[in-house]
Amino acid sequence: MAGKVRKSGSTIVLVGTRKGLFVLRADGERGNWRVDGKVPHFLGQIVNHAVMNPRTGTMLVAARAGHLGPTVFRSVDGGKTWKEAATPPAFPKRGTAESAGYGWSVGHVFWLTAGHGSEPNTWYAGVSPHGLFRSDDDGVTWQSVDGFNLHPDRLKWLGNADEAVPDGALTHSLNVDPFDANHLMLGMSSGGVFESYDRGATWAPLNRGCVADFLPDPNAEWGHDPHCVRMHPAAKDVVYQQNHCGIYKLDRAAFGGKGGWDRIGKNMPKEIGDIGFPVVLHPYDPKTLWVFPMDGTSVWPRVSVAGKPAVYRSRDAGATWQRQAKGMPAAQAWFTVKRQAMCADQQKKVGLYFGTTCGEVWASFNEGAQWHCLMLHLPHIYSVEAYSL
Amino acid sequence: MKVQLPTPLVDYTNGVRYVAASGRTLDELLRDLDRQYPGIRFRMVDEQEKIRPHIRIFVNAVLERRLSAALDPAHEVLIVAALSGG
Repeated sequence: MAGKVRKSGSTIVLVGTRKGLFVLRADGERGNWRVDGKVPHFLGQIVNHAVMNPRTGTMLVAARAGHLGPTVFRSVDGGKTWKEAATPPAFPKRGTAESAGYGWSVGHVFWLTAGHGSEPNTWYAGVSPHGLFRSDDDGVTWQSVDGFNLHPDRLKWLGNADEAVPDGALTHSLNVDPFDANHLMLGMSSGGVFESYDRGATWAPLNRGCVADFLPDPNAEWGHDPHCVRMHPAAKDVVYQQNHCGIYKLDRAAFGGKGGWDRIGKNMPKEIGDIGFPVVLHPYDPKTLWVFPMDGTSVWPRVSVAGKPAVYRSRDAGATWQRQAKGMPAAQAWFTVKRQAMCADQQKKVGLYFGTTCGEVWASFNEGAQWHCLMLHLPHIYSVEAYSL
Repeated sequence: MKVQLPTPLVDYTNGVRYVAASGRTLDELLRDLDRQYPGIRFRMVDEQEKIRPHIRIFVNAVLERRLSAALDPAHEVLIVAALSGG
């Protein structure tokens, strides 16, 4: 057991969708759920990610109203009122000495992560096209992390920006090491996993052992497609990733101590495979994780395998996997779950949540043994985050 | 001069669609709007000083794409968030 188990308080679930933000709240037993208001927050706006810093209660929303470009909204009163960031994430201007002529424009803010526990006012934002931004005033103003955005090798990492993944080139999975505020890790789709030990000033790829079967050199140093990278919140150096090419666990001792990835997805049932988008870690047990496999064969349908949705759980760091589908449709259910649309809460009896591309919110309050549909008929769900208060 | 805003931008103006702003150029006009309604300019012009896709600005009913375009106090400016998508 790693980390301090939370008391059984209330739970809040933030559901970001293509048409707004839905906020679900429940009591300690999580038996009765209610939704904020009669209409969603930010009705009509694309909400890529909605998050809360449980240490401060500040909520941030990465939103984009169709024609009006991307921005970040923040609430410091539990979602009652929202205010736009005074300076949303924006790349350096073209032609300035610092920007070396990159001159990109943020298309959408895709991922938000609260900073280290010792930095309660710090947030990180990943954007599309690839970019990283930091706020040190609790989301009011955002600054370019130039060590990443202006890195001399950045264009090599990206490959051909015109051939980005379907939703655009995404900087995602922003992880802050709970044991080191200066240690950051992120995923680029595509580009690979990168980490920094100096708060973003310098970066190095971390893709050894991870296959990239779509590249001429499948063992390339970068160019991979991590879908979701999760650093354990309480156990040092425990990192898992769901990649375009399988499920992996980081092994810092591998490759002569340089560190690399071990494909734990090879232990999944062959008929299911190990392709998907999200990976969720048990908040207290570093060996327990969940994935939501999808069909990654032929043309990559990106739907539940055979139309039979299921979560797969491992309790031994990926050595064995168990199917968990009780309560879900048994057939003809062709949804999938996006990379930040599956999560765990922090209750003693850990709750799991996922949102589907067809607008359903599902939850389990016994670690995946039984699933319940909390909401139907929402818009396409992009993100689900749960917090135990 | 008189500026008509599209409905997606009236969150910045407390629901008002017709506002007054001044400037010798379109860029100055949008900066004056931003001074009065903080944040509104970035919804129309990105960080590289490009008018965002689907934003159309008409000066006396003529489409204007140049932020450097000269304005006259008698001009009327219409800002449109063009319809697209589903």
